[in-house]
Amino acid sequence: MRAALRSLAVAEEAHRPAGFGAERDELRALISQMGGLAEHAIRESMRCLMHRDSAGARAVVEADARLDALEAEAEARIVAFIARHPPSDEDLREAVAALKIVGVVERIGDYAKNIAKRVPQVDAGRSDIEPLSLLPAMARIAAEMVGDVLDAFVARDAAAAEQVCARDRSVDDFYDSIFRALLTFMIEDPASVGRAAHLLFVAKNLERIGDHATNIAEMVYFAATGARMPERQRGDDGIGGR
Amino acid sequence: MANRATRPIFAPVDIAEHERRLARGLVEALPEPILIVADGRIVVSNDAARAVLAGATEGADVRLAIRHPAALERLLGEDTAADEVALVGVGGPERRWALRVSPLSGGLRLVRLADRSDAHAAEQMRVDFVANASHELRTPLATLVGYAETLREAGDEVDAATRARFTAIIHDEARRMQRLVEDLISLSRIEGEKFSPPGDAVDLAALLEETGRAAANAAAQRGCRIAIEAPAGLPPVAGDRAQLLQLYDNLVANALRYGRSGGTVRISAAAHGEEVRTAVADDGEGIAKEHIPRLTERFYRVDATRSRSAGGTGLGLAIVKHIVERHRGRLVIESEPGRGTIVTVTLPAAAAAGAPS
Repeated sequence: MRAALRSLAVAEEAHRPAGFGAERDELRALISQMGGLAEHAIRESMRCLMHRDSAGARAVVEADARLDALEAEAEARIVAFIARHPPSDEDLREAVAALKIVGVVERIGDYAKNIAKRVPQVDAGRSDIEPLSLLPAMARIAAEMVGDVLDAFVARDAAAAEQVCARDRSVDDFYDSIFRALLTFMIEDPASVGRAAHLLFVAKNLERIGDHATNIAEMVYFAATGARMPERQRGDDGIGGR
Repeated sequence: MANRATRPIFAPVDIAEHERRLARGLVEALPEPILIVADGRIVVSNDAARAVLAGATEGADVRLAIRHPAALERLLGEDTAADEVALVGVGGPERRWALRVSPLSGGLRLVRLADRSDAHAAEQMRVDFVANASHELRTPLATLVGYAETLREAGDEVDAATRARFTAIIHDEARRMQRLVEDLISLSRIEGEKFSPPGDAVDLAALLEETGRAAANAAAQRGCRIAIEAPAGLPPVAGDRAQLLQLYDNLVANALRYGRSGGTVRISAAAHGEEVRTAVADDGEGIAKEHIPRLTERFYRVDATRSRSAGGTGLGLAIVKHIVERHRGRLVIESEPGRGTIVTVTLPAAAAAGAPS
């Protein structure tokens, strides 16, 4: 079946329409553009959270519709791409990876939107919640992971994708320490529970964003090499043991 | 396959070949990252742009190189606003750029990136400093107020032992605030004197002896030994005696604080040509490599709880760095986890430092 598919692909190679490469480029550019929207949404939602910018937060929520629209467009293109050309192994790999990446990028946008939605309820300007000072540092790493994995995607760089996965550990560490700090805070000051709970969700969203950046990295690795990323780079154990 | 991937894609907008060459020559001569974009494709990019933007190859879709939504509006849409777009984390973590798009003739758009990393880092440092300093002062202050209130409200119900314990805590926290304020003041004084080179000829051997004597008490408490190795006939260095004393006090205090309890702190000095090289070494657990570049930042701590409980202000090495800089010296921190840390300070000898102006 597979061999038949490949011979078909080889036969097809000669008859590929001139626009084939351009179509693939267009798809990559579209995914990169989506990634830019998601990356921007993370940074912007955190800026709004720290500066109590409710209007800015609303803009982040509204901008998510654009990401959803691009996701739909990208999906349609990927499906058409597979349908129109019997794909080679490499093309099929790239198309499948692209399909998954598009979905994950959209999810990252949703997490950023969720952070933005909490802005009016957190009132972060009241600096009495100490763990609040850890969130921007955590968000910076998460946003950097998203940015770096997009760079790896653009450059089809499997090694860079692996490095992104290694950083997920520090996002998880941040989450653990923020979780513990917020818990202590809530126990000591029950009046703060509402706001602290929102912050806990913000931290959780950032932690999920880090995980999703890792998922994209695995797809980039897969598309570039045809193999699954070695377990030690993906899982929770054995990364740069501390 | 490979063939297809590397095939150049020609821009739909046609620029005559010599014009393209002229544009490329101009753009390539400029140090800042520059792109020329036509119909959403990169027509020309320079080395600097390709170094910063992962996908900035000529012929590529511009969305592969630039992802920021506001920047893409200006590049792809009708939005011709001339204001800058701030790019964050592009070309390396913590790096910041201001992106500007200017329309050229024939539908071309010129994209320029100005590096704003330094300005942003300076501003960030200022903001962090104020935030950190107030945070550092607030923590002992809260303890102080808490214990004082307890003592006042409980009145005679507190037994003598508890009262003694509480007053000791109040005293320690007040001392900590005092040290912090002193460090902040001396840091700002040292910074203020940055451009006036110190003029005294300082005998380092005597100064290091004095440092050792001053630290004897603290060493005894930790069960540590201080070994000083300074040969006779060491040339004097051009320095500010009080500041140099503070420098070595800080280094020895750190070595005692983070050295092995019951270990040895070695202080050494030796002449090297026109310089005197001094070192303070401990045999503690050392510092992981990733922390070393940041140790001289204000309030940077490898382990905040441990540093505070050991009485550190978080400013010690920042002060050391500034004193060394004022003395036109060099500061090197080396450490091996499990083996210990060596801080080397090299200072110019008095004659070599040049005549006082």
